[in-house]
Amino acid sequence: MEKAEAEKQKGEGKLLKGERELVLPGDKIVESMDFLPGKNCFREGNTILAKRLGILSVSNRVISVIPLNSVYIPKPGDMVIGEVVEIQPTGWVVNIDAPQDAYLPLSGVRKFIDTTKMDLSKFYGMGDIIYAKIVSSNQGSIHLTMQDSRARKLIGGRIAKINPAKVPRLIGKQGSMISMIKSKTGCRISVGQNGLIWIDGKKCNEVLMVIKLIEDEAQVEGLTDRISEMLGGEEKTKAGSTGNAASQGTEGHSQEEGVKNEN
Amino acid sequence: MQPAKARKGIHRRKVLKMRIDKRKYDELRPLEIKAGVIPNANGSAMVRMGKTIAVAAVYGPREMFPKFKQKSNKAVLNTLYTMVPFSTTERVRPGRSRRSMEICKVTRQALEPAIFLEEFPKSVIDVYINIIQADAGTRTAGINAASVALADAGIPMRDLVASVAGGKIGKNFLVDLCMEEEEETEADVPVAYMPRTRQITLLQMDGDLPKEDVKEIIKLAIKSIEKIYKEQRKALEARWKKG
Repeated sequence: MEKAEAEKQKGEGKLLKGERELVLPGDKIVESMDFLPGKNCFREGNTILAKRLGILSVSNRVISVIPLNSVYIPKPGDMVIGEVVEIQPTGWVVNIDAPQDAYLPLSGVRKFIDTTKMDLSKFYGMGDIIYAKIVSSNQGSIHLTMQDSRARKLIGGRIAKINPAKVPRLIGKQGSMISMIKSKTGCRISVGQNGLIWIDGKKCNEVLMVIKLIEDEAQVEGLTDRISEMLGGEEKTKAGSTGNAASQGTEGHSQEEGVKNEN
Repeated sequence: MQPAKARKGIHRRKVLKMRIDKRKYDELRPLEIKAGVIPNANGSAMVRMGKTIAVAAVYGPREMFPKFKQKSNKAVLNTLYTMVPFSTTERVRPGRSRRSMEICKVTRQALEPAIFLEEFPKSVIDVYINIIQADAGTRTAGINAASVALADAGIPMRDLVASVAGGKIGKNFLVDLCMEEEEETEADVPVAYMPRTRQITLLQMDGDLPKEDVKEIIKLAIKSIEKIYKEQRKALEARWKKG
């Protein structure tokens, strides 16, 4: 249905670039007031132009560009992985690999903390890795919260980093890719929208390899099947269900991530 | 390197039949642009204009240090232009010089109007430009490379910036001067331009020319800039149009 609509729009002879086509900054996309500039687009007069390099996407007369390469730009509702870099009297400063450090106030923690009796570093110390949700991001100040079922402190495991623009590919449609990797390797994986990935499990190295492959070939179609095949062979030989019980806990997370990502 | 505009008289080739490297007057030197040459950077590009080679790398937007240099309403664009010591026949002393600081400033001012700096308050976008080999027109090659690198890094921009230098030898107006021509030209006029918005973002003149001549050079430069712009776009498409 979406395709039919896009074609209808094209039929009107207004879209200057095809959908899913590569656009560069300053490219004219449409000369009409019937459309709205969405993400990474801007309006000048009655033309809508692309702001950055990416793939054009049109839905319901809203034109947006999906970036192909980008540093992480914080967005409210995103789950991110960050490192505690500073402890302040009323909260923590967290490095989330974005243009600014994020702030996790005391009110963002699920437990009540009496600052007169408890040292904040007992809760989250310097260098601790946390999985948190972004509440707000405006004028260069980012606020985090742990008031989310997915948010937690990440203990053990290791961190991998990919281009934030490729995180949606890693998660896949409705979390298809990530849940497949999880079930096939039996690793516990948490993906931050900021491009940091926490992995814990025996087959850590295979996950890292797969992540690298996804980053390199994000635009290639049918990647999920190929990776499934790649990991699938190993599942047969090693019966691969050793860590499945461990991954159960995080399974729910990925699904939620995937759905959110679709929106 | 030394401007020889004052020594016009000693040059015999007042009316050139052809340019020193057999180009037409409005012809560019062989142009090669490549995006994504430095994997560590968020975005990068290499530009070769004849014998001039410039490499640009973009990092950021990232947090600005020192903090007092942050701007609370927009990002800071930080450009650093460097010539590597072996870029000319005579060794270039590493570090800042009067000349490189000027070029940093004009490059910054040429790129700033193209970028949506207001989207990243308190942060900095670092643009490092290195001249690997210098044969005149290094600042224009640097701007061309930086502009591609910025787009490659996924930074929101209004348009790509392209740049070329123009000049006048005898009665002829030339574009994209090489070293020998730069020594003979009456004035070296680097122009940076945004082809879509039709805005000039850099215009300098090293030497003296009447108003009409400058206008002529700008016209000629803009024509060449359109060509460079197309090459820049091709380079970005070649990097990202896969699969």
